[in-house]
Amino acid sequence: MGNKTALYDAHVAMGGKMVDFGGWDMPLHYGSQLEEHHKVRKGAGMFDVSHMTVVDVDGSGARDFLRTLLANDVAKLDGNPGKALYTGMLNEKGGVVDDLIVYLRDPGYRVVVNCATREKDLAWMNQQASAFDVTLSERPHLAMVAIQGPDAIDKVKEVMGIDWTAAIDGLKVFSSVSRGDWFVARTGYTGEDGLEIMLNNNDAPGFWHALADAGVSPCGLGARDTLRLEAGMNLYGHEMDDDTSPLQANMAWTIAWEPQDRKFIGREALEAEKAAGVENKLVGLVLEERGVLRAGQQVVVDDTDRRGIITSGTFSPTLGFSIAMARVPVSVGDSAQVEIRNKLIPVRVVKPSFVRNGKSLV
Amino acid sequence: MSEIRSELKYASSHEWARLEEDGTVTVGISDHAQDALGDVVYVETPEVGQTLSAGEEAGVVESVKAASDIYAPISGEVVAVNEALEDEPETVNSSPYDDGWFFKIKPSDESELDKLLDADAYREESEEG
Repeated sequence: MGNKTALYDAHVAMGGKMVDFGGWDMPLHYGSQLEEHHKVRKGAGMFDVSHMTVVDVDGSGARDFLRTLLANDVAKLDGNPGKALYTGMLNEKGGVVDDLIVYLRDPGYRVVVNCATREKDLAWMNQQASAFDVTLSERPHLAMVAIQGPDAIDKVKEVMGIDWTAAIDGLKVFSSVSRGDWFVARTGYTGEDGLEIMLNNNDAPGFWHALADAGVSPCGLGARDTLRLEAGMNLYGHEMDDDTSPLQANMAWTIAWEPQDRKFIGREALEAEKAAGVENKLVGLVLEERGVLRAGQQVVVDDTDRRGIITSGTFSPTLGFSIAMARVPVSVGDSAQVEIRNKLIPVRVVKPSFVRNGKSLV
Repeated sequence: MSEIRSELKYASSHEWARLEEDGTVTVGISDHAQDALGDVVYVETPEVGQTLSAGEEAGVVESVKAASDIYAPISGEVVAVNEALEDEPETVNSSPYDDGWFFKIKPSDESELDKLLDADAYREESEEG
């Protein structure tokens, strides 16, 4: 029996198959994860993501602190309250402690980190914060709901009413607007348009039920994983961890090297890795015959003994075949082989992104 | 609570077996098994004409979550496979005991059916875990 979000009773009432996720009782699905996946790509689905960790960063040293802590540069948010930035938070060896989104609140910032890494992240952030005039405040009174899909924003506007229409209409992608405890961000983890909304725990059940009444389908962790993998989005603990460089996890684009005098944690290690030559990269794999690629399966890319490894694999409901992300030696060409139950099965190698706005990229 | 049909026999590995009027035995997976697997996306059945021994690997059922081997509950020759599962693997989830059957065996030794679990024994075993 783990932690329960404010929506636990709603999940059970809606037929959620509850499982443990990072110490929380969360819905795996409400009957069919395939149907839930399709609903997000074609209409609107909603996810309870209240288990994630929300931390506000305040104080005169907040900006300097985050510019040291994070590999991307929060200076990019200056002058744009509400704007969001996706980044890795690295250790001194250049490994990824977590990936997160940081929003400019002005004053201060809001950081959303993963659920399973909560203790580690808070300990790390507090340790690094000691050198700055900064306060870190976790926000456990906030629930979070993600509504995703081509109809998602319309449905949310319907439910939230006229007071919010103008604010939501004016919301750019990767930006947010807040009022009281309500924090509405145009972000997501599915490759579809949509919103991620933080709200007081007390308001969460009413909001969830109102969305359901408006025709938004509840969706569980199973669909969440197939959607994010199709969209080429990393999952901490799979594509990267404390021992993985962002340069080997398709996160090079999230590193702000300029200005050169910004000494973020892990910078030196990454520079050394680049100088020596990055050895592996994250690619996408496509299996066009029957079967399902799964994390941990080995990938053969050349005639040597070196093997890549699948970091995440699944059946892609939108494409109708199996896809995966894999960390492989940089020598990889446009095809490879995966060892599945002692047989070498051929796969196509592609960029690690398979579906965007409902359309196939492969 | 998963459905366990009282007229069927079961293996501990969650296959069910039904003795038909013509003497063949139809094989599938139980409601408990399909529920644990989640949405099925591929089914690999044995070949018609293949000879299987009781307990031998007879195929694979792949869901989004996991791949699970299917074992022959009794020995015999495979006389039919459910080809509809190729295009509609989700039938295993929606109808595990009827339309979601996997293959039919002509048993080489009908008494092997007695070694399988009856519904009550299977219910006890599958509820333990």
